[in-house]
Amino acid sequence: MSDPGNDPGSDLGGALGQPRGQQGPGLFVTYDTPDFYCELMNRRDPPPDSLTRIRDRLAHFGLTELRQRARVAEADLYNLGITFTVYTDRDAIDRILPVDLIPRVLTAGEWNHVERGVRQRVAAINHFLWDIYHERHILTDGIVPAALVLGNANYRPEMEGLDVPGRVYVHINGTDLVRDGAGNFLVLEDNARTPSGVSYVIENRHMMLRSMPDLAAGLDLMPVDEYGPRLRRALTETAPGGIRDAQVVLLSPGIYNSAYFEHVFLAREMGVPLVEGRDLMVENGRVFMRTVAGPRPVHSIYRRLNDDFLDPRVFNPDSMLGVPGLVEAYRRGNVTIANAIGTGVADDKAVYAYMPRIIRYYLNEEPILSNVETHICGEPEGLAYTLANLERLVVKPVGESGGYGLIIGPHATKAELESFRAGLLADPANYISQPVIDLSVSPTLCEAGVEARHVDLRPFAVTGESTWVLPGGLSRVALRKGSLVVNSSQGGGSKDTWVLAS
Amino acid sequence: MNPVMADLPPGGIGMPNLLSRYAECTIWLARYMERIENLARLVDVTETFVRARSTTSGWMSIVQINADDERFIERHGTASEENVVGFYVIDRENPNSIVSIAHAARENARALRPLISTEMWMHLNMFTNAVSALGPADIRASNLSALCARLKQDCQTHHGITEGTFYRDQAWLFYLIGRSLERADQITRLIDIKYHTLLPSVAGVGSEVDIGQWAAVLRSAAAYHAFRRTVAGDMTPSHVVGFLLKNDGFPRSLSTSLSQLYWAVGHLRTDYGLKNGYAAAERVEELRATLAEQTVKDIILRGLHEFLDWVQRELHLVHEDIARAFWPAAMPAPPHRAPDAGTSQDQSQS
Repeated sequence: MSDPGNDPGSDLGGALGQPRGQQGPGLFVTYDTPDFYCELMNRRDPPPDSLTRIRDRLAHFGLTELRQRARVAEADLYNLGITFTVYTDRDAIDRILPVDLIPRVLTAGEWNHVERGVRQRVAAINHFLWDIYHERHILTDGIVPAALVLGNANYRPEMEGLDVPGRVYVHINGTDLVRDGAGNFLVLEDNARTPSGVSYVIENRHMMLRSMPDLAAGLDLMPVDEYGPRLRRALTETAPGGIRDAQVVLLSPGIYNSAYFEHVFLAREMGVPLVEGRDLMVENGRVFMRTVAGPRPVHSIYRRLNDDFLDPRVFNPDSMLGVPGLVEAYRRGNVTIANAIGTGVADDKAVYAYMPRIIRYYLNEEPILSNVETHICGEPEGLAYTLANLERLVVKPVGESGGYGLIIGPHATKAELESFRAGLLADPANYISQPVIDLSVSPTLCEAGVEARHVDLRPFAVTGESTWVLPGGLSRVALRKGSLVVNSSQGGGSKDTWVLAS
Repeated sequence: MNPVMADLPPGGIGMPNLLSRYAECTIWLARYMERIENLARLVDVTETFVRARSTTSGWMSIVQINADDERFIERHGTASEENVVGFYVIDRENPNSIVSIAHAARENARALRPLISTEMWMHLNMFTNAVSALGPADIRASNLSALCARLKQDCQTHHGITEGTFYRDQAWLFYLIGRSLERADQITRLIDIKYHTLLPSVAGVGSEVDIGQWAAVLRSAAAYHAFRRTVAGDMTPSHVVGFLLKNDGFPRSLSTSLSQLYWAVGHLRTDYGLKNGYAAAERVEELRATLAEQTVKDIILRGLHEFLDWVQRELHLVHEDIARAFWPAAMPAPPHRAPDAGTSQDQSQS
């Protein structure tokens, strides 16, 4: 819900005595700055000089010139074979095309805030996972309902009592953030299983520097090239104890997977073999890869397979993608699996609602990044609030059903609301509710010119002995006018995210 | 000491060994690209023969050379330029067509993406896209020669990019093994097509037509000028066949390919301690000895076609020796193959 008190659109043209949409020459002449928080054109505070500089440089581009460059960039991607199949998976970012050539810019101050917040969140998630698979203090202390965790479809009894190296479960985490009407960063969800999309962050940067060298010239941008080495180091640091020079591999479902491009990209950036399940074997509780010189030991596996496919002896017996005996080797402490098995319980929608309390419980700190205001219908106050404000809220079921069964109050009919109310009352613990957020926008090259489109941000955190956050992250953009959906299968694209170092 | 460390092989970590699957895909990538180039050469030379009306079996000879008789006849009946060229260039249903082989090459390259250079991948991707876009208009007689030239050039570009960018380790040796295996196999087919074309003979040995055909074979192998420069005397069958089989200076001759094959298998052992290749090395060595011990006249006298056939079978066994040594059967075959039901050795023609 937009807060009329700080409508960020109102002071823009007014102060300059210009009608709205006349901010400057060239590219932005027709830009219709919306009432939403705009990352580039419509911040509440006066923008820092570096941001103004980018805006001025962009303004001098003609539309024709920008389109021409976009065409060249697209042809580049086509020749590189960065093509995708649509594949729906909550964690997967598929078909990130096209890339928009107008960057999404974050200031040093904004980034510092996001980075600290992401670190804090990852720390809390790792504490939480260790606890629920060991002593379960948080459950016995009544902070999180035990049924929510132990009855969760992604809870894995196989993980109980297993001491993972460094107590790291989530080596790679993707935190989905949005900005509200006031520009506040809010966490929309955590991705603690096998979050994807990081390759586009790095590829987008390479492409931007090729396509828009004049826009980036002389700017102090934080680099993104460190990701591969950082990830490899984290996987080495968390290898089973006593291993020097751990053999790290990336385990992929293979060339037909929609994210195969990213798997290749990361294997190359890390300098480790990309293996498929059939390349690995387990003997006497140890993992080996099949090489031309015979079996060779493997110590750390960055897996891009879901839990259910990892080991047909333990999970889905029909899976041809996994490695029989892998879980046994894991339980014996002979191999590290990243992310750990059973992390899905931490990024569950229902657990999400408790995340601020989880942060306070383990870290004794206030959350740096807020959740989207969430009402837990399993609690009396939450239910009462939700019932009283149904027509203004988004109400989501928390189970595995994903996007199904949710209702967007402002878009629903009276009848729909009433029937939903009945379902909610029948099983309140299955629901959470949130206000409708005014997502921030960013200027984007569209059919009709440069227009405002909603964006989100997924920063990636890598955790070994410590947590490092890749500067920026993936900015997804909803290419359809007015759409809040940034998913690539539904007309989403991406932008390069520039973090200004100063 | 940690038990996992204790049983590390000497030199284990730090000197990464190639995944078996990568080795297999590398060999196939090299074979497929070499195969496309040679298929273009075969089509080109057949077109020359047919145009000169110096053949009785016409376009069917290329079908026979590739042992595709059954598949072809079932689909097309009698051979014409249009249906044979279509069958070998743009027919996606035919696993031995250039478009199918190009796709199979790209699938192998996709599996090798972590290993090969971006330049290699980009070129292969563009090449496959271009081949996929070919239609009936592109293979009309008036365009055929230019098309074959373009296909050859693209394959040569691939080899050049590979030579200039592919990292030199085990994978490079497997690449060379694949390429020389295929090149050895294909030169025997190129010679054989002349044999097939002339059965029953319409031209006497040494006739103008005969000489013209041998010259065409030489040209299609890019051997004509080298032959003229180095071989004194007439363009007799034995001179030409001798050049294509036994000349160590000619890069596409059987003897050159065999010696490169032997060299690459040997280096797997000497440079990387991969001793399993000995069976393959031994077989190649025998093949080379057999070739060296006979004069071309002997070979022709005993039956050129039979000899070429035997060489193809031996090369097939070399590939199997390599497979047994470096990707033992415990591993299910990778799925990304053109669906050739023809032979036990997946994609090899025979």
